[in-house]
Amino acid sequence: MTDTTATLPQSGPEPIGPKPAHPVTEFMRAFARNQSAIIGLVLLAIMLGTTFIGPFLYPVDPYSMVDLPFAPPGGEYAPLGTDYLGRDMLAGIIEGGRATLAVGAAAAVISVVIGILVGSFAGFFGGAVDAVLMKVTEFFQILPTLLLAMVLVTIFGASLVTITFAIGAVSWPQVARLARAEFMRIRKLDYVAAARTSGARNAYLIFRVILPAALPPLIVAAGLAVGAAILFEAGLSFLGLGDPNTMSWGLIIGQNRNYLLDAWWTVTLPGVAIFITVLAISLVGDGINDALNPKLRRR
Amino acid sequence: MPPLVKKLASAIGLLLAVVVLNFLLIQLAPGDPVSVIVGEMGGASEDLIAQMRAEYGLDKPVWLQLLIYVGKICTGDFGFSYYFKQPVLNLILQRLPATILLVVSALVLAVVIGTLMGIFSAKKPKGILSHFVTIFSLVGYAAPVFWTGLMLLILFASIIPMFPVSGMMNVRGNDTWYGAVLDVLHHLVLPAVTLASIYIATYSRLSRASMLDVLGSDYIRTARAKGLNERRVVFGHALRNGLIPVVTMIGLQFGQLFAGAVLVETVFNWPGLGRLAFESILRRDYPTLLAILFFSAILVMVANILTDLAYGRIDPRIGGPRRKKAKPRAAGATQ
Repeated sequence: MTDTTATLPQSGPEPIGPKPAHPVTEFMRAFARNQSAIIGLVLLAIMLGTTFIGPFLYPVDPYSMVDLPFAPPGGEYAPLGTDYLGRDMLAGIIEGGRATLAVGAAAAVISVVIGILVGSFAGFFGGAVDAVLMKVTEFFQILPTLLLAMVLVTIFGASLVTITFAIGAVSWPQVARLARAEFMRIRKLDYVAAARTSGARNAYLIFRVILPAALPPLIVAAGLAVGAAILFEAGLSFLGLGDPNTMSWGLIIGQNRNYLLDAWWTVTLPGVAIFITVLAISLVGDGINDALNPKLRRR
Repeated sequence: MPPLVKKLASAIGLLLAVVVLNFLLIQLAPGDPVSVIVGEMGGASEDLIAQMRAEYGLDKPVWLQLLIYVGKICTGDFGFSYYFKQPVLNLILQRLPATILLVVSALVLAVVIGTLMGIFSAKKPKGILSHFVTIFSLVGYAAPVFWTGLMLLILFASIIPMFPVSGMMNVRGNDTWYGAVLDVLHHLVLPAVTLASIYIATYSRLSRASMLDVLGSDYIRTARAKGLNERRVVFGHALRNGLIPVVTMIGLQFGQLFAGAVLVETVFNWPGLGRLAFESILRRDYPTLLAILFFSAILVMVANILTDLAYGRIDPRIGGPRRKKAKPRAAGATQ
């Protein structure tokens, strides 16, 4: 598609009032005005900083014993206490964040890609394609996702890769429904008809013409999918289905949960880390959503 | 075809698909079922292995195996659990009531508390309760449900020992039937509140938005202009339309509610299907695990059909053919 508006002669009076800002600038301004979104961004930066810069600032081996088991926080050797094996909790939380965040992000990417593919085909073609794809989506929605992921991980073995794929493979239906609704709405617009008459093929129409217009709500959904995948990973590792060789927040909670009445910090602190991360992601996601839909903000 | 029959037919089709998926999962699993069972039994003679292979039909072509598998499921034969040493169906039926009790009480708690919070905050969109709903829905979403459970355990079983730590009943047993009921309820409080916490967040946010929408519509202004008191307006007129998104959400989220039950039951040692799933994963007990998957799909479908029925009751526009002749804008159409 060539941009026809750019070649139009610039005639007539300039529009009254200040020049409209570039959409991206407009978006940044709307986002920056949103207090809770900024708080979310700061929290997210803190959590990412802890996980990725933390190991250099606090170089303690998370797998080795530093003190007696269940040393309370504020001790001489471990600022956040030790777990049931006498390992440093702070080092564990720093180390565990990496697996949790990596699995969360990768699984979200997988679920968004599957969701967009299924949803865009269903919404674009409609009819029988839509009916079949929606039946498949419905099928995945009646299976409790956590249970299906548990079965997949049990059968294919617990490693970071299988866990990521299991989470991605079961959590795409929501994105698919969203993408389908957007595609059904946009495919009826005039500019799509124009592209079609100018000879664009279906693949071009789906991925180059409609998808960019459908992206804003899907970006928000992708952000929320990261949060959901982090909770998902935490749940699986808590149940002992995580990769047993990799420290993660859920795994720390799961391993220490039998001692929670004697050593509250071993289960409380990793949970706080999960909570802050997911909260930050959803605050930022809401902020992006509001900045993309100025009308909704006045609700 | 009446909608309910159509719905049932579609449900049976989906269940059949679940069975096929289960079969595929067994096929994909490394090692065939017999080698898993033999492993669990701690070894067996060559003769016994061959006999078991024939018994499981592993010497037949895959499509025939699938037919046999479907046939077995249809007759209620879900296999034998070698770890629990009983037929899988018995095992499931023992655990099912506990899960239904937990899930339904959590759902009722979440819908009642969530909707009430939504309604009252919608009446004062800038009030304290409204802010509370916003914060609560964020917190409810971001806290992992198993962690919420553990925190409640520390708080209400250790610091303020009000509730039992685990299980569904007192170990010593109860003398009277009402004692037993009270005992189960006492054990139910923490797990149900934990499971409900996520959904209270969802429903309060949802019903707040929906009630805000409905309360601003024309027919509500008419009701107020007629001189109805505020309670009649909100609960008699607005709630009916305001509830529609909540009912939709219940149907959509029931599967997730069940998934939450797996975690909550594990935290509180609640003897339901979720706890059974956890135990059978530890023992690599595939037949039990796949049967749980099947039964949870049935639960979700029953919930979906019930939601559809409730839907028709609340919103006459969606009802069966008998109601189709009603005037399109009869029930104060807001859209």
